[in-house]
Amino acid sequence: MQNTIQPSDVYAIAMHHRFQWEEAQQCYVILFPEGMVKLNGGAGEVLKRINGQASVADIVADLKTTFPDAPNIEADILGMFDLAVGKAWLRKV
Amino acid sequence: MTQNSLGDSAVQKVVQAQNNGVSASATQTQPLWLLAEVTYRCPLHCAFCYNPTDYDKHTKNELSTEQWIQALRDARKLGAIQLGISGGEPLLRDDIEDIVIEAKKLGYYSNLITSGVGLTEKRIQAFKEGGLDHIQLSMHDITEEINNFITNTKTFELKKKVAAMIKSHGYPMVLNVVIHRYNIGHMKEILEMAEALGADYIELANTQYYGWSLVNRSQLMPTKEQVDEAERITNEYRAKVNGKMKIFFVVPDYFAQRPKKCMNGWGEVFMIVTANGDVLPCHSARSLPNMQFPNVKDSDLGWSWKDSPAFNQYRGDSWMKEPCRSCSEKENDLGGCRCQTFLLTGDAEAADPVCSKSPHRHLIDQAILDAQNPQIQAQPIVFRNDKNSKKIIEGELQERLSAFNALP
Repeated sequence: MQNTIQPSDVYAIAMHHRFQWEEAQQCYVILFPEGMVKLNGGAGEVLKRINGQASVADIVADLKTTFPDAPNIEADILGMFDLAVGKAWLRKV
Repeated sequence: MTQNSLGDSAVQKVVQAQNNGVSASATQTQPLWLLAEVTYRCPLHCAFCYNPTDYDKHTKNELSTEQWIQALRDARKLGAIQLGISGGEPLLRDDIEDIVIEAKKLGYYSNLITSGVGLTEKRIQAFKEGGLDHIQLSMHDITEEINNFITNTKTFELKKKVAAMIKSHGYPMVLNVVIHRYNIGHMKEILEMAEALGADYIELANTQYYGWSLVNRSQLMPTKEQVDEAERITNEYRAKVNGKMKIFFVVPDYFAQRPKKCMNGWGEVFMIVTANGDVLPCHSARSLPNMQFPNVKDSDLGWSWKDSPAFNQYRGDSWMKEPCRSCSEKENDLGGCRCQTFLLTGDAEAADPVCSKSPHRHLIDQAILDAQNPQIQAQPIVFRNDKNSKKIIEGELQERLSAFNALP
């Protein structure tokens, strides 16, 4: 399914969803009617950069700069986009 | 309101979410979900309401606005994120607007759980501006006849108007339909109605038997064949809409072989503050014997959650007896529901009678048979209203309550 995510795509958090940092849990969460998901560190780093303006390529570049030592980071990021789109947490702008 | 809509399914969804592979290690000791049962007053009289049958005791000692706001602040510090504002009918209070504003300020994802009665343009506008995240509307059937019968009110047309109002204010449309004998045959039509109303989510919640629904169990319970057919239709419809409308089907435990993991475990992720300020780990906990639940008026909420004897009573599995204690599946369901177990067996530490390994399973089988017994079926429904609640408090209606080991 990964080929559905294009570098030029721009995403925003989906309608009726909210992404926020939770101090008590020390993690990012995504909230929506009747549910919530706690995100691990990597997933949180990707989602916090999604703002309806930055493209997938921009976010990949930003994360590569922030985490220069992480191996295979691009595949992980695209995988995260893929999952988040599949879960309908994101909408394409 | 329905127990299904408020508790189990919501918690199950949280847990599903935690298990989808992207979650951090789950912190199991935070009340992620706070349910504020702000009032037990209600303009509807639903036969399947899970509220305590003696709710009339708690209609004149409700928490003040200030007490609710303090409870929201304290729960947020403990890690609460999802807030359900429920009842009774929460809109019977005129301070829901203030509660919503505070919830937004604190960072809750807030949900108003309503029958729709009392929702006006002015109020929904105030909720939108105040930052309420969504509204869950209860619907009952596609027919005016069944809607009005089961709720004992004329609310059918109103509900359709409220649904349109929710949509027009840009809210997601979240519908909850409690399923019972009277509407289980209309599953396809109910789903079509939901789709036509533009529902984003619909929860088809098979009645679970607590409170008023336990008193009316024989009048409400469908047959296993009806439940199976309802699930089949639901699955078919889900495939057809292909994700456009999310459909949850909450399965009834009476027809299962294993109990539900009630509330995802006692004192694990779910906390209720009731109209009068009692702090509970589940909706029906006050039916348990020899338990003293803390109250926000005189106990710190952090102590209530972490340290109170009541919240620790059934945490984990050390309280279990046989057959649960040595059961290889005990972690899957933690022995089921303590309240259901006590109400039906008289022993709160026994295995949930739903379980086929329970020595009390015959009680469930008998209840299923009773629900098909024409003589028992013919008993009138005891509708949820102040008059019936007062009667129950005064010890009347014994013939409908004597099978249970506490007031449901």
